[in-house]
Amino acid sequence: MIKFSNKQLKVPELMRPVYMVTGGQSKFGRAIPEKRTEELCVDALTMAAEMIGLSPAELKSYIHSCYYGHFADHFGDQLLGEAVIHDRLGLDPLGNIGIKTGGATGGSTLWEAVKAVASGYSDCALAMGWERMDEVPTDEGNFLISCAADKDWESPLGHIYTGYYAVMAQRYWQIFGKAEDSFRKTLAEISVKHHGYARMNPFAQSPMDITVEDVLKSPVVAFPLRALDCCLMSVGAACAIICDEKTAQELSKNSPHKPLRIWVAAGSHTLRPADRRDMDIPLLPNESEDQYKDLGERFPGGDRYPGFTGFLAARMAAWYGYRMSGVTDPTEDLDLLELHDAFTISDVQTYEDIGVRPYGEGRDYVESGDCYHTNPNTGKPGKLPSNISGGLIGCMHAVGATGIMQTFEVATHIWKRWAEVHGDQKRWKEFGRSKPDDWQDLQVKGAKRGMAISHAGVGSHVTSTILMDPDNLLKNAQ
Amino acid sequence: MSMFGQVYVKNGRYKLKGDFHHLTPNTPIKNADRSWKLMGVTNPRDMTYIHTYGGEAPFFEALGEGKLLGSRCDNKECEFKGTIYQPFRIHCPDCLGRNSAVDMTEQARKNARIHTFMVCERSGAFNILDKPIKFVNVEFEGVSTILMSYLSVGDPEIGMKLVPIFRTTNPTYTILDLSWVPDGTGEEQLPEGFSF
Repeated sequence: MIKFSNKQLKVPELMRPVYMVTGGQSKFGRAIPEKRTEELCVDALTMAAEMIGLSPAELKSYIHSCYYGHFADHFGDQLLGEAVIHDRLGLDPLGNIGIKTGGATGGSTLWEAVKAVASGYSDCALAMGWERMDEVPTDEGNFLISCAADKDWESPLGHIYTGYYAVMAQRYWQIFGKAEDSFRKTLAEISVKHHGYARMNPFAQSPMDITVEDVLKSPVVAFPLRALDCCLMSVGAACAIICDEKTAQELSKNSPHKPLRIWVAAGSHTLRPADRRDMDIPLLPNESEDQYKDLGERFPGGDRYPGFTGFLAARMAAWYGYRMSGVTDPTEDLDLLELHDAFTISDVQTYEDIGVRPYGEGRDYVESGDCYHTNPNTGKPGKLPSNISGGLIGCMHAVGATGIMQTFEVATHIWKRWAEVHGDQKRWKEFGRSKPDDWQDLQVKGAKRGMAISHAGVGSHVTSTILMDPDNLLKNAQ
Repeated sequence: MSMFGQVYVKNGRYKLKGDFHHLTPNTPIKNADRSWKLMGVTNPRDMTYIHTYGGEAPFFEALGEGKLLGSRCDNKECEFKGTIYQPFRIHCPDCLGRNSAVDMTEQARKNARIHTFMVCERSGAFNILDKPIKFVNVEFEGVSTILMSYLSVGDPEIGMKLVPIFRTTNPTYTILDLSWVPDGTGEEQLPEGFSF
């Protein structure tokens, strides 16, 4: 049984408001042999400068400390890669630090940068993340990823991370999905949606015009998960510039958009799912104490929390993040999400962890059409669109960059610049990709607030990054 | 002639014998799309790591002897005294006191069940298990956690009663020395080297 003390449940407080001023990213691909990692990072930082009408040198002159997210040293065979990137970006002798929390590395990098600014240590911090997963064959890549599991108790079992993850999916599939064909179809719809949105994104690695049937016929990886249910292995970089209010205003003098308020909160859970102990469900502001009393009756076997079906780390990241930013109901208070869709089924699990739907009812977020840019049931805007970027399934999972890419994507909507960033013909051409004839502007109209969830492995680390238009803060925002 | 790297401990220090790495020449990577211009190089490497099990060593040694060890917090001051852990934890996660090893082989034979499972068609490099790999997470009555392992016989189902089997002939001294079969499986069905 896990118990929390009141001290552990203290709502985190930032010492001063923190802003995301700009961001940028490189092209994402399965392999990018024509560029070194530092070139991709330069691409991302240059884009961030251009977004606010500055030269890279002008933007760099504001940066005071640097936070670098890069997970897998062994993929690149380079320790202290952060020092290489830092030098190549011309940011010596500023202080810098590397951050590694698996798939949540990008979100954790933002977490560190926000804390540095909130504390007053820096007025302007660079959060830059990258990953390069193309320098080993795929089966060796799977081996290297499996090293993120426990080396004595899990990794020798096939050296395949999907296997350690998918046992949780199996449990969710049987208990909450009731192994229904209709649920399997719902999962496939997520893949169709994310590959489809990726078609509108020039940065995205896996644009595909596919059907539910295509997903259901793709090769089995670990039943019920098939190849098209899984996220990508990627190369690429993304960055964000994090500032205090005064510096944010100064940097934004020539910017077409305003800086956004940013909060990041984090949660954690055991590296081995095997070590999970039972506990009461920590409730989000939109949940009640008696809400889950009959969970085990409605879903036999579903009363063990978090068991193998919930991500406690995601729940805690939302628990802290909502209270910091004043969110009382994510579906009402937020306008869009970018979720960590490592697998279609974990996307559904996360809907419940972050309170978009109650535990056991995650599939309704897809089936209701709420998660779409345009609700396929009504033809009207989706209530809370998610993963317009294409997510990890359609856009990329360049691990250290992922959480930053998601956050940048949310920002482009609040800035009303989604179409400009994603529709520019010049960018499509530069990336060697063809803009589809039926390209669609996926700007979420009127977006004021959004959230990105960055998630590691089987749920060892999760962050929630919440962005808001500073003129549309929630009542109880810090 | 080269031999695999071997290690033992004497006087608190590692003693090494044999070859721990093998040299392979690198080769250039050229770009067929750009007149075979140089793009990079391969970096081959073959190394042997030296790894201690520390306080978990009794668990891994016991597998080869046909025993499954769990661990239990016996600290009278601990709020969660008496909690049993499988996977074996050296320290109690609450009080951080040193746990006691407990032999839970008989308990596992009587009340182990599949909590969840996954049949995995793929593997990473260096895998030595036969595919498909049948991952099982095994729950035990009275144990607070749920062990990950693999099924050697039959097809898994949630709730299925299992019994442990152990690689007692030529053990590898890894977690692969422990596997599971459905209750009622005959000795003749066990993989080579394994026994109940």
